[in-house]
Amino acid sequence: MLEFPRWKYVLVALVMFVAAVLALPNVFGEDPALQIERKDRAPMDDQARQSIEDLLHKQQIVIRRDYIDNGRLIVAFNDVASQIKARDTVDATLADIDRSALSNATRAPAWMRKLGLKAMPLGLDLRGGLYLLYQVDVNGAVSQLLDSYQQSFRRGLAEAKIPFTDVAAFNSGAGQVTDGLRVTLPPGSDTSAVTSALRKVDNSLTFRSAAGAEGPEVDMVLTPAQIKAREDYALEQNRTTLMNRVNELGVSEPIVQRQGLDRINVQLPGVQNSAEVKDLLGKVATLEFRLVDTQDSPLQAQQSGHAPLGAKLYKRKDGSPILLKREVVVTGDELTQATSTTSQEGPAVSIKLDARGAESMQRTTRLNVGKPLAVVFIEKSRHQVDLNGQKVERNVTTETVINVATIRGVFGPQFEVTGLAIGEARDLSLLLRSGSLAAPVDVVEERAIGPSLGQENIDKGVRALEIGMLAVFVFMFIYYHAFGLVADAVLLANVVLLTALLSMLRASLSLPGIAGIILTVGIAVDANVLIYERIREELRNGVSPQAAIRAGFDKAFSAIADSNVTALIAGLALWVIGTGAIRGFAIVLTLGIATSMFTSLMGSRALITLMYGGRAKVARLSIG
Amino acid sequence: MEFFHRATSFPFMSTRKVWYGLSIVLILISLVSLSVRGLNFGVDFTGGVTVQAAFPSAVNRDTVTSALVQAGYADPQVTIFGTSREIAIRLPPTKDNTEAVRTRLDQILRGVDAGVEVQQVVVVGPQVGGELLSSAWKALGATLVLIAGYISWRFHTWRLSLGAILAVLHDPILVLGTFSLSRTTFDLTVVAAILAVIGYSLNDTVVVFDRIRERFHGNRRLQPVVVLDQSINQTLSRTIMTKVVTLIVVVALYVLGGPVLRGFSEALIIGILAGTYSSIYISSAVALDCGLKAEHLLPSAVKSPVDSMP
Repeated sequence: MLEFPRWKYVLVALVMFVAAVLALPNVFGEDPALQIERKDRAPMDDQARQSIEDLLHKQQIVIRRDYIDNGRLIVAFNDVASQIKARDTVDATLADIDRSALSNATRAPAWMRKLGLKAMPLGLDLRGGLYLLYQVDVNGAVSQLLDSYQQSFRRGLAEAKIPFTDVAAFNSGAGQVTDGLRVTLPPGSDTSAVTSALRKVDNSLTFRSAAGAEGPEVDMVLTPAQIKAREDYALEQNRTTLMNRVNELGVSEPIVQRQGLDRINVQLPGVQNSAEVKDLLGKVATLEFRLVDTQDSPLQAQQSGHAPLGAKLYKRKDGSPILLKREVVVTGDELTQATSTTSQEGPAVSIKLDARGAESMQRTTRLNVGKPLAVVFIEKSRHQVDLNGQKVERNVTTETVINVATIRGVFGPQFEVTGLAIGEARDLSLLLRSGSLAAPVDVVEERAIGPSLGQENIDKGVRALEIGMLAVFVFMFIYYHAFGLVADAVLLANVVLLTALLSMLRASLSLPGIAGIILTVGIAVDANVLIYERIREELRNGVSPQAAIRAGFDKAFSAIADSNVTALIAGLALWVIGTGAIRGFAIVLTLGIATSMFTSLMGSRALITLMYGGRAKVARLSIG
Repeated sequence: MEFFHRATSFPFMSTRKVWYGLSIVLILISLVSLSVRGLNFGVDFTGGVTVQAAFPSAVNRDTVTSALVQAGYADPQVTIFGTSREIAIRLPPTKDNTEAVRTRLDQILRGVDAGVEVQQVVVVGPQVGGELLSSAWKALGATLVLIAGYISWRFHTWRLSLGAILAVLHDPILVLGTFSLSRTTFDLTVVAAILAVIGYSLNDTVVVFDRIRERFHGNRRLQPVVVLDQSINQTLSRTIMTKVVTLIVVVALYVLGGPVLRGFSEALIIGILAGTYSSIYISSAVALDCGLKAEHLLPSAVKSPVDSMP
């Protein structure tokens, strides 16, 4: 008699049942589809669905099926041609309220969808799309922070009525970057008063005073932890901003994730035109509020090319010069909300300020009633410029004064800004809403994979998997007979289990991932071979069949465990260093090793015990 | 069916000096090639541009190359794949984005055959490439150190550990050497394959060592050379069987997986063959020459934790 505890049978059956259910959605395949959502994020209802159906029917577009998923309407079609035609129709008629994106809809029945069962998402190499790797200039983020402290220090010292010569950024020498601010004071100044005034700006900063060449100095140096926190914040902020902008693009299932210490990767399935996307994603547009310098002549400054002390030369929309004060009243970072509206004077952007911005705006307007306040529109974008005949991409910043208004009273935290064209107002509110980029970004890697190549890669990968597995199945049967069939069943179970895990983890499947599944099949065989060879050996030594089975499983265990641990170490190393497709391979390999341990030790034993265990005596084993 | 109907008794250990010689020669050739010719790094590592395109019918490599040269690209590398319809073009780093490269290449290749389709454009900045390469080397190093650590902990004696570590070093060097000699493009997928080979080739070594320990347990008075030969012979049909099955699937990948997986599967095939050989002739033989004896494996009858499991 062979024994295998009942609870282990139950466990194997239960695991395989759950795995089969989870893996099932992968069997059905997908149809080309259109994903439509409301621009205001309100969920789609049946009425909206009916009207879109009617619209498409009028254009003689055949709808295969449609359903509402997560507030979005998914319309599936029979072919790509109808999908494209439908997108054009929806974009032409409903562009104001709806946003559409090309996507794929699973053919799995509705109940599966409702249970949240989904197929493995496909990587870009299998479905086509655009991959962008952004390098975030984290040093730029630190200097932005220093800039904002510099503003606050000047403001704080002015409020405390402490005279100072200069506030400037400097490099303390601790790291590679400029990491501190130096306040230079007139000779004989009291540094402790300065320190306590600056503490009020930010209590977490550390100050030290020293005697400089021109007078006493107070230095503020950011700690490595503060720099790290700022870099981290910049990266996270940029990720969020990029994600928001990608969402505005209307791409289905986009991925925006941090990669390493200073990179962000953006994956846009189905997108092909990189120029357009890069332009919108990398764009920086914001507003700044400054007081107008009314004492000096802007024309004179323009002619001499030098702005007077404490002022900066700008241009209005019509090209005429204007001088603004250097101190910024409110920066773009202090805007919390922006919506495009229409006012009596034309298109406008309704602005909301955060506490710091509101306080600064309130104070400035209270002290400057009757004086003019200017709104500066800042736009940064990358342009190709000709440099000695070579095309070079450059960051181009344009700053335009869009509006100058006389302050009639104290401003609250919310007000409207006019002076923009309709398109500009909409773009600005979109960019302000999605958040500003906390640090400049730069594309360092770009992959555009055509949709036909994606399909070709799937076909190749799946064919290699099918043929490889079939060959292994036949070979195992010829070599081990009935035991070979058990091994085949176990291998199949392993692929099902692996598919289930990958679907559950929503790890996207790439071509190297498929290669990982195929390799796992090869590796999973090993455990079975170890056991069977051991059983054959025991049989050769004259052990009875049932004892041979028992000894085979028991004695092969340590070899199986040992040999899998080393493969697991390699898989984990790959998982940690790898990105993109390589990580996909590592995930598959690591999970595959784990599942193959389970299927060959538990599953295979359960099946063989079922075959031979019940009988009191077995004369012969069908092991080839 | 069985590869060996009777228990085999090949005298593996007696010819080990010959195989040492062979391994040393192969490793020297690999190292020399690696230091003289180096590896043909892909754009993953160097930065640059690759374009993959498909023609409606078979295309001549020289035609494509000369079309590119005429269009002003100095030294384009053109590779033709399996069906002769698919080509990969490698271009030096550029500031253009994928859209610009696609438009330009589309135009040039249309001159060769109007039905061409540009399927993939990859533009990698040089900085990214350099970092990937250094992280790849780090991963290789870290994996080797971790595995060496595991082996030393697992086998109690440095003799077996040294054998296993030499075998583990042996395989990736041969794979790298082959890639250097054949000028096959060395990209990130090949690094993944080499790591898989390192993890996987140790399988055999571990299985043989496991058997050696078991044999010594059974009879501690046996001659070490006899025990080693017996252990290798007893695990031989498993070794061959496993390798045949793995090779079946990897060859399927090589033939059917397309250009993306070509280098990957090639590295796996070489690695699996080298791994089989090294687990027989390197790891065990080195342990033997280091003076492996029964008492090294049976430290005062303390049982290893794994042996006490079911």
